[in-house]
Amino acid sequence: MSDQLPVRGQAADEALLATKERPPADEPRSSAFLRDLIGGSAAISVFAVLLALVVGGVLIAITNEDVQEAAGYFFSRPADTFRAIWDAVSGAYVALFQGSVYNFRRPGFADGIRPLTETLNFATPLIAAGLGVALAFRVGLFNIGGRGQMLIAAACAGWVGFSLELPYGIHLIVAVIAGILGGAIWGGVVGVLKARTGAHEVIVTIMLNFVALYLVSYFLRTPVLQNPSSNNPQSPPISDTAVFPDLLGAGYNLHAGFIFVIAATIFVWYLLERSSTGFQFRAVGANPNAARVAGINVKRVYVYAMLFSGGLVGLAGTAQVLGTITTGFGSGIDAGIGFDAITVALLGRSRPWGVFFAGILFGAFKAGGFSMQAAEGIPIDIVLVVQSLIVLFIAAPPLVRSIFRLPTPGATRTPRASKKAATS
Amino acid sequence: MKLELREITKRFGALVANDHINLVVQPGEIHALLGENGAGKSTLMNVLYGLYQADEGQILLDDVAQKFSGPGDAMASGIGMVHQHFMLIPVFTVAENVMLGHEETSFGGRLDLAAARAMVREISARFGFDVDPDALVEDLPVGVQQRVEIIKALSRDAKVLVFDEPTAVLTPQETDELIVIMRQLKEAGTSIVFITHKLREVREVADRITVIRLGKVVGEAEPTATNAELASLMVGRAVELTVDKAPAAPGPAALTVDGLSVVDPRGQIVVNNVSFEVRAGEILAIAGVQGNGQTELTEALLGLQERVTGRIELDGKPLTGLSVRRVLDAGVGFVPEDRTEDGLVATFTISENLMLDRSIGEPFVKAGTLQLATLAEFAEQKVTEFDVRAQGITTPVGRLSGGNQQKVVLARELSRDLRLFVAAQPTRGLDVGSIEFVHTRIVQTRDAGTPVIVVSTELDEVVALADRIAVMYRGEIVGIVPGNTPRDILGLMMAGEHHPEAQVSA
Amino acid sequence: MSTVTQHNHPDTPENAAGTADVIALERAEIRSWKAPVAFAIFTVIGILLFIVIGRDGISTFRLSTGSDVIQLPTIPFPARATGVVIVILLAAITAWSFTLSRAAKATPLWAIAVFGFLFVVGFLVWASAGSTLPVAGLLIGTLGISVPLIFGALGGVISERVGVVNVAIEGQLLAGAFVSAVVASITQMPLLGLLAAMVAGMLVSFVLAAFSIRYLVDQVIVGVVLNVLVTGLTGFLFSQVLSANPTLLNSPPRLERINIPVLSEIPVLGPVLFRQTIIVYVMYFTIAAVYIGLFHTRWGLRLRSVGEHPQAADTVGINVTGTRFWNVSLAGAIAGFGGAYLTLGAVGAFNKEMTAGAGFIALAAVIFGRWDPIRATLAALLFGFATNLQNVLSIIGSPVPSEFMLMLPYIVTIVAVAGLVGRVRGPAAAGKPYIKS
Repeated sequence: MSDQLPVRGQAADEALLATKERPPADEPRSSAFLRDLIGGSAAISVFAVLLALVVGGVLIAITNEDVQEAAGYFFSRPADTFRAIWDAVSGAYVALFQGSVYNFRRPGFADGIRPLTETLNFATPLIAAGLGVALAFRVGLFNIGGRGQMLIAAACAGWVGFSLELPYGIHLIVAVIAGILGGAIWGGVVGVLKARTGAHEVIVTIMLNFVALYLVSYFLRTPVLQNPSSNNPQSPPISDTAVFPDLLGAGYNLHAGFIFVIAATIFVWYLLERSSTGFQFRAVGANPNAARVAGINVKRVYVYAMLFSGGLVGLAGTAQVLGTITTGFGSGIDAGIGFDAITVALLGRSRPWGVFFAGILFGAFKAGGFSMQAAEGIPIDIVLVVQSLIVLFIAAPPLVRSIFRLPTPGATRTPRASKKAATS
Repeated sequence: MKLELREITKRFGALVANDHINLVVQPGEIHALLGENGAGKSTLMNVLYGLYQADEGQILLDDVAQKFSGPGDAMASGIGMVHQHFMLIPVFTVAENVMLGHEETSFGGRLDLAAARAMVREISARFGFDVDPDALVEDLPVGVQQRVEIIKALSRDAKVLVFDEPTAVLTPQETDELIVIMRQLKEAGTSIVFITHKLREVREVADRITVIRLGKVVGEAEPTATNAELASLMVGRAVELTVDKAPAAPGPAALTVDGLSVVDPRGQIVVNNVSFEVRAGEILAIAGVQGNGQTELTEALLGLQERVTGRIELDGKPLTGLSVRRVLDAGVGFVPEDRTEDGLVATFTISENLMLDRSIGEPFVKAGTLQLATLAEFAEQKVTEFDVRAQGITTPVGRLSGGNQQKVVLARELSRDLRLFVAAQPTRGLDVGSIEFVHTRIVQTRDAGTPVIVVSTELDEVVALADRIAVMYRGEIVGIVPGNTPRDILGLMMAGEHHPEAQVSA
Repeated sequence: MSTVTQHNHPDTPENAAGTADVIALERAEIRSWKAPVAFAIFTVIGILLFIVIGRDGISTFRLSTGSDVIQLPTIPFPARATGVVIVILLAAITAWSFTLSRAAKATPLWAIAVFGFLFVVGFLVWASAGSTLPVAGLLIGTLGISVPLIFGALGGVISERVGVVNVAIEGQLLAGAFVSAVVASITQMPLLGLLAAMVAGMLVSFVLAAFSIRYLVDQVIVGVVLNVLVTGLTGFLFSQVLSANPTLLNSPPRLERINIPVLSEIPVLGPVLFRQTIIVYVMYFTIAAVYIGLFHTRWGLRLRSVGEHPQAADTVGINVTGTRFWNVSLAGAIAGFGGAYLTLGAVGAFNKEMTAGAGFIALAAVIFGRWDPIRATLAALLFGFATNLQNVLSIIGSPVPSEFMLMLPYIVTIVAVAGLVGRVRGPAAAGKPYIKS
């Protein structure tokens, strides 16, 4: 007769906690569906964008001089204040729309639609870099090094673009490959350091941003990258043979880089969702310990992930020099895209197609922001504010739900009580 | 102090963890709370300690109703707790841990460490502990850490002391010492609630016993009750305490481990010159108290440890120095002791977890591409075969109960062509039904002619499964004895005593 | 990195009754070659730089500033000879470190410090051959650049010690700089500007705390996004509002330098440390206060317990959420105060994105300094020194392209994080939200 029972106390309530998480089975399907639709992530995204635009509108209104003036005599003629607010905010957002989607003031569709092509043009590097950051996120790595990777990629692609003489087509391909490789190597260094020494990738990527900046700045002062006919730290223009061809003719800025970006999105989707490599990536990202025990070489995954991530960000740098600014680049060629990419990846929830559409949305903000600045005199910085607010709101669904009084999906379920989080 | 819990009810969503529980602990009484894993013991004690708020019911101390909004209130009312997972800050010293939350300060708000040290020494002296107030907690063995927990509670003048599964991490000898301490505390007038699932300890120390099952009090018992009575009360049916298994038919030695040593990153030799072999068709159980090198030994077998010396051979081929991938490919199946941390990816679906260690090559990958149809078919089949209770194969494993999670791990490992099967703590934290299932599968694996290593800190499991038993202590194998070795001898060996029989049969 | 410093469970002798069953395992010797290898690399660099492409001429170190009461003589160093001597010393330390490693002993910290100091002196002599190096000016500038870094790093240390990763230091600095400029400009009271800077930094922290503690959003993500938000907000307001009326809104009075009597006349150190604005004196106080507070007071003990093991803190009645919230806010106030130095102490007006990555450097200093206020301060000073060295050398004519000098602190950080620091152990629960069931 045994003295003890074959049960034990460690993790005693684990089974209990786990049962707790199971959704009730007896819930009517249709209502659950509706609640998920209204309270779910798609709706949250829409409401988050709305909310951010509202906050942006408030900022525009209170800094508008007409509004301030009208507010001075608010109590005698309140309608003036509201009209001024309406004028300021609607003027801004109409300009934003006209600068990013369709301009009704222009005659004809061909001119009217031009802003949309501008949006896609701005979206091109955002999507590429966003994919890179998102890929790293899925492996549990935080790539803040977009700036450095873009700069190195731009320098590599640019150098090939203006110094080599190759036939049409081949020159472009070689330049693109050089750019992607440059970004991949700059990212891969981070992966190697992380795998070999355990150095935290956030620190290393931040540091490499500065190293890349000064390295490229240095070469822009030396014959390696500097335009011989200029005293400015700027490169010569890219040869025609290496420039991304225009997609819609010379009247539009949209270039073939966008096609590359679509291809990159499909590639990342396949890689993450359908390939063996991507399975290992995701396993490491979700639980590196279990991945290691299951025979996955975690260190190698870190290196490969940073190579891929850097390469994708490199594509963004490449698109900048071979597509957007082909007349020669300086050390500001990254245009903050490396950091914007983080918000793009977050908004896209690190899913390839999510990143794609998030990139287009932020591209629209950029395109529209410039026309808003030109037409209404509203500083482009407002776009940064709106973008960051969108990400903040999306990251905190309960906040958005409470503001809009949305139902919580699976509300009958108790909040996930993670034993791990509680004991850690 | 008299403690009374009246009609305590605690719900988590649809699940009722505590269902109108009544419990009275008289002053100076040791009251055992007996129940299976998941019965709701810990939930009840967390309610008592103010960590959870009860949905219904009252807590009374000396017949006065209490309202605890946090552990601070409970402590102020004289309730102390020795937690199952020690609530100590590893990088703090003993004195700092003891003073935390009720610190004395001297001039200028500076911590009065001298006062804290004095308090540690005073309480240690009272109970004959030997605890250095300036030692870092992370450097202390678990037995001493537990004493720090006790000192922590006593330093707050606890009148009611709750011990939550205190013996889980102790050797049989340490357990005996703890029982002595509990009696001392009782003599000093402290009321004690002793939460456990181990019948022997309950009968040895308890004045009264309350048994709970599935969140309800199912009965009270006197310490004179028999094991069988208590067990059936606790589990709700007559319990099969042994595994049905035929005598082993061991073949030739399949795994040979010779002079294996493992050094951990801090430079400690955690496995010291260990040699043994496992024959095809036998179960070798590795027994020992948690933290005596078993974890590192199994990890070394799998290629997870970095600093390994010695020789490991499987079917004559060396495994030493191979990557985990190669070891798995050589036919080693592995159930890690912490399944949520090392065995499963919680956010992955059941089917994804089933292919976790076959993420390269056939059958689930062709030309670098996942074969989702093959995987789905395989997963459906395994879910049925292993009786995994889930909504579907796309359910994330994090949503499953511990038992079902372990079945997913077993299904994955046992569906490969195994030359060796290593299961570490295969039933930790599982309910009785799942334990029986896991044990049956392990014995079946043995009967199919696979050499099996089972690592367990539970003597019952060791005795139930083992054909031979290797006992580990401080990184060394104290001896290898037959599966029918008496428990008291195993207990002595777990405390490091070499047994004459050990050498004979090893 | 050192592997032999661990000793068996200290001071827990097994008592006679044998109650404490101490598991005392044997120790293996593990040799670490990181320090000697790093030394060797730098020695080779030294040989190449100071000897192979060594420069001739005399390098003159000027220790005093013109306004000092006690004027120290200038020190001349013959560049090549000094280089040879220093390389020999470097080689000696390297060799000694190799013998230590062979005996499985760690190279002591002071040896690393001496090595670093020698290398820096060697480099300075080499770089300034043929000209005069204003040592006091170099150090004064170093401190100036380091002030916002140090405040940022102290904020980071507090925040991470309580369990919230603070990537938003950049945003807190920038918010402090902006608000202090506007408030001081409108009120013409710089002290009010300092106060406002603290409030601004705290507001940024409120958002960080609210999202990471209340809504359990990943702390790094909130931090990154907050930086973008503050950059956008200050940039927008700068362009839209401040530019319209810079005299009213963006002309804060500069803080006066205060010379501490007697102390400010100490040679070399006096001008560097004691002829500073109130912000710097507050900084000295803050460094000491944070250090003593963290390690010797109730506040610090509770703060660290929450960052290490929140559940354990909870079970002894410490309010984890509240502790985190208010200390993250305090961290924001400290960082915001440092931001005010940029406008009120240094530049004299707010500029778009004027922090230029200082917050990230401060973050690196936190990790480089292993979450210790003193070490983080030293790390911040190191960054400040490297940056200012470039400034000084570009004035006296440097043989090294300025970009490479500018790169140096970042490369040093990478080397340090990857090599010398290695897998450092931060607060155990930093970055993890505490979910009470």
